[in-house]
Amino acid sequence: MDAPPICAEGLGRGFAGTPVLAGVDLVVQAGDAVVLLGPNGAGKTTLLRVLALLLRPGAGRLTLFGTAAAAAPPALRRRIGYVGHESLCYPDLTAAENLAFYARLFDLPEAPARVATLVAWAGLEGAARRPVRTYSRGMAQRLALARALLHAPDLLLLDEPFAGLDPEAVAMLQRRLEELRRAGHAIVLATHDLERAAPLATRLAILHRGRIAWAHEGAAEPTAVASAYQAVITRRA
Amino acid sequence: MRGALAILAKDLRIEWRTRESVASVFVLGVLLLVVLTVAHDPTPEAAPSLAPVVLWVTFVFTGMAGIQRGFLLERENDCLAGLLSAPLDPADIYAGKLAANVILLGVTQLVVVPLVGLLLHVDLWSVLPGLLVVLLLGNLGFAALATLFAAVAARTRARETLVPLLVLPLLVPLLIGAVQATQAVLAGGLGEARDALAVLLAFDVVFAVAGWLLFTYVVRD
Repeated sequence: MDAPPICAEGLGRGFAGTPVLAGVDLVVQAGDAVVLLGPNGAGKTTLLRVLALLLRPGAGRLTLFGTAAAAAPPALRRRIGYVGHESLCYPDLTAAENLAFYARLFDLPEAPARVATLVAWAGLEGAARRPVRTYSRGMAQRLALARALLHAPDLLLLDEPFAGLDPEAVAMLQRRLEELRRAGHAIVLATHDLERAAPLATRLAILHRGRIAWAHEGAAEPTAVASAYQAVITRRA
Repeated sequence: MRGALAILAKDLRIEWRTRESVASVFVLGVLLLVVLTVAHDPTPEAAPSLAPVVLWVTFVFTGMAGIQRGFLLERENDCLAGLLSAPLDPADIYAGKLAANVILLGVTQLVVVPLVGLLLHVDLWSVLPGLLVVLLLGNLGFAALATLFAAVAARTRARETLVPLLVLPLLVPLLIGAVQATQAVLAGGLGEARDALAVLLAFDVVFAVAGWLLFTYVVRD
């Protein structure tokens, strides 16, 4: 059996002496879609940035695809796609130029075709010649998603991926994520938008005060999750 | 190397499109040169001895503004995270940014050097080959140091003040070497500048290697 995309044990991380992650244990297998919920400041973004190898964990062990994250060879990053709060795209370049730049960094074969496909998928053909600076929040988010999918990563880490998207784009993203999950890609998605994320989830987890305070395998009714969420927040307040 | 070339091409494309660095460098460069020249009002005999100081002071201050902008590009929209999430050695990011800065500083020199010749009545044409060697070595050393510290400062809130505070003290050996080498070239040619050129070369090698090795610790949290 292949090594799991994510195996985290006791992950900790703080900023300026304030602990943000306080011992996160998380194993994500290929084909898993883990939806992370939690109040503001729970540590969701920090956890995703640690998993994306953008932050070093302060404590614990992290292995991605069987490779210790502390070593983090450049090739490991080829298997990870990350969507953060920002688009990670240059405002003075167009969508196609941004994607072509990242395609070059990832040394993708047939990059122009791949870029054109993703520009079309993101519905940005009409704006493809405009600099990203002129994009709306939703358009920038579509581009951010296209950028993360560009190199067909085995592990997708998505921080509030539905933010700013219109209903059509939400449905498009949900379809794409479901296809990827069925194809064996692993997904970790942090959101406050349970209604949109729940249909994708094979596992739901609530992060609170830097720990996974509640987890549920398989699909769950949004109302049941909302009750669990309230219980966790109230119990640990 | 592939990543470094991609970053270089991207930075040049953005600069070509916005012309923000070149515009600020041009305005600041002309302003500094005019102020320094008018303030000293040198006689034609004294002007050549003043030229190296005016040239390098103007170059350093205008270049500083341009180099800072290079890393601000990476802060906007968290683009640095995009670079760090790519399968690149951080040293490649350093090499790409360094190359872009060397070209930007080269453009700065294209503006500053002829203006120094014009305003201080110095015949630079006859010593151009030797002067180009000094300019290139000074450019490389300044860019190697400033690229590293611009990356350090880009992660802080006080980045606009931090870059000059960090870079200028460390730049003193390079500035002394560059001024002495330029004086020697203007007085008698490249052969006279051997010792100062050795200082510049050593500075370039030390800070280029330091940047290459340390960049990973600077940009990775």
